[in-house]
Amino acid sequence: MAGDKAAKTYLGVPLFRPKVAFFELSSCEGCQLQIVNNEATLIDFFSLVEVVNFREAMTERSDNYDIAFVEGSITRSDERERLKKIRANAKILVALGSCACFGGVNQLKNRFDQAWVKNEVYGNFPVETEAARPLEDVVKVDLNIFGCPVKKEEVEKIVINLALGKAIVHPKYPVCMECKANENICLFDLGEPCLGPVTRGGCDSWCPNSKFGCWGCRGPAEDANIEQMKFIMKEYGFSEEVMLDRLECFGGFKTYAEEFRKSLPTVVTPSRKLFGTPPLKIRGGRGSYDSGEKDK
Amino acid sequence: MKIDCNVNIRHLTRVEGHGNINIKITGGKLEHAKWEVVETPRFFEAMLVGKRWENAPWISGRICGICSIGHTLASIRAIENAFGIIPTELTSKLRLLLKHMETLQSHILHLYFLSGPDFLNAGSVFPLIESHPDVVLRAAGMKLLANDLCDCVGGRRLHPTRTIVGGFTMLPEKAELKGFKDRLIKAKDDLISTADLFQTFSIPDFSRETEFVSLKGERNYPFIGGDLVSTDGVIKKEHEYKLMTNEHLVEQSTSKWSRLSRNSFAVGALARINNNFDLLHPIANEIALSFGLKPVNHNPYMNNIAQLVECVHVVMESADLIDEFLDTELGEPKQKVIPKSGTGVGAVEVPRGILYHCYEFDDTGHILKCDCVIPTSQNHANIQHDLEELAKQYAEIGRQDREIELLAEMLVRSYDPCISCSVH
Repeated sequence: MAGDKAAKTYLGVPLFRPKVAFFELSSCEGCQLQIVNNEATLIDFFSLVEVVNFREAMTERSDNYDIAFVEGSITRSDERERLKKIRANAKILVALGSCACFGGVNQLKNRFDQAWVKNEVYGNFPVETEAARPLEDVVKVDLNIFGCPVKKEEVEKIVINLALGKAIVHPKYPVCMECKANENICLFDLGEPCLGPVTRGGCDSWCPNSKFGCWGCRGPAEDANIEQMKFIMKEYGFSEEVMLDRLECFGGFKTYAEEFRKSLPTVVTPSRKLFGTPPLKIRGGRGSYDSGEKDK
Repeated sequence: MKIDCNVNIRHLTRVEGHGNINIKITGGKLEHAKWEVVETPRFFEAMLVGKRWENAPWISGRICGICSIGHTLASIRAIENAFGIIPTELTSKLRLLLKHMETLQSHILHLYFLSGPDFLNAGSVFPLIESHPDVVLRAAGMKLLANDLCDCVGGRRLHPTRTIVGGFTMLPEKAELKGFKDRLIKAKDDLISTADLFQTFSIPDFSRETEFVSLKGERNYPFIGGDLVSTDGVIKKEHEYKLMTNEHLVEQSTSKWSRLSRNSFAVGALARINNNFDLLHPIANEIALSFGLKPVNHNPYMNNIAQLVECVHVVMESADLIDEFLDTELGEPKQKVIPKSGTGVGAVEVPRGILYHCYEFDDTGHILKCDCVIPTSQNHANIQHDLEELAKQYAEIGRQDREIELLAEMLVRSYDPCISCSVH
């Protein structure tokens, strides 16, 4: 517990109690919230680390830290500068959550011309924004923690391993494996689309456990076979647009999604100039897992 | 006493998102007091354009990590209104239960972890773990209950997985829900202890006459859908929300501002109570009165107490909702969704006030236009006017720098602003 932190040891070896700091760029701050969201282990967790910077939770601030957890993606020049400073101060920089790892849902605006995006929300009012990017586009990232949101148990395990100096290995297998191990009925058999077969595991098939198909928030598993995934989606009668919506939602499948989008003539591509023209009219692609309507 | 005072807070702590406070007083005279919002916009209203309807709740729920359930439910309601879907009674009750647990979770987080440390002379909850372990454990216990129940009904405490247009992907087990009854009853006792604790706090004595906007309850204290009302007597229909919000842009903020009958108005727990006091659960009502809270209360710091009162209300009503669920024959968790062209609005009372989602669809259910109006963006102008008045009053009395700084911070925190949400 919190009181005996000085005496904390593991197998007789004194534990390294890292100074940690939390920061957020463009994000919903949900991943930081996940850190305080596991009330059952909260006090133990905070005895393992010394929190020196956590704006959402505390007034005190310090630039002296070992590990920086950074949530969110980069969408403005001041965020780039802030991130570089954090990088310079931190021994270990961790990208916390899908926005930091891949751009997250924020990168969905990258489908459009940024001038159109600004005009759609702010009209002529001057607002600065740039295409949303992950942290590793600007600084070196030492460790990624995937997920939207991150899974608290996984964060705890990773922090414990950091404190113990153990190696951190992400699962290479897909969500589908975990889902099978959880003895769920396959969502495709229930008439729902799912990216479980190609998405990196580690979440314990969080969404499919609730009969909600995977949207790929953790990015691709090792050797993800996207072509086979397309084939399965088609076989079960889901439109290419349904597959594209999921592939491009969090940015983890960026390369595949961009190519896929380009290959679909009925769906608007990011290269099309939208500014000043009626934005979009999408034909085809009526697939919808709820209504049971499916494209053949 | 003529004072000089300079307050420059960059990125105020213990609030969600990024905002600055600047106050300058010279010779006892207020030069300026400014609430600036510097959060980066994420452009959710643009990113949803062209997407199929089923993307909307899943993506727009990501506007906010704290009130993702509220966003998801507002989005679903807007879509169901556009497609002409009426949720079943079972769906409505489960959604309300889920909504209540988000309210409890968010209010407890705010009362104990964000605003509470100010009243206990601490910079954060962390030193309180050692100095007031019973208080922290009590807060953690209530948050855990709320989050566990959100997991049980919504599939996940944050960015829920079971909430979909037409209902739920699956229903909770009756036995599972039954187990929460005892925990809710214990939470009621914990909330009474919380009230005892808050009775020992000194709530700053400051008032500024304000218009308060919320949903208008008919038979029940309102959370999901219905008419819109203000304490200045304005009443509008849900789909007329733009007449209530009147969004406009100002230089000092990347979030839009709102106004109605005056320069600004307030939304949130205090607004809901000011408009719907008689619909509170009797125990919640009693606690409100023990703090001298009755309509219309114009002290923004009382929003903390209003949140506490609402915690009691949602805990009591949740216990009843579980009883009703246990007595209901469970049918299909979801109904069929057939997209059609049109516009739909969903208004939901989330922890920080009234939230609106509005989408326009083409006949294949693709989004042509999207608009989200966030509670905190409706509050920004009111925070600005409160801050000016506060600085003016305390400059005249001759309060010192640090005291004005703390009161200004506490004022903004009282609104429990969700700034990244307000900019979205």
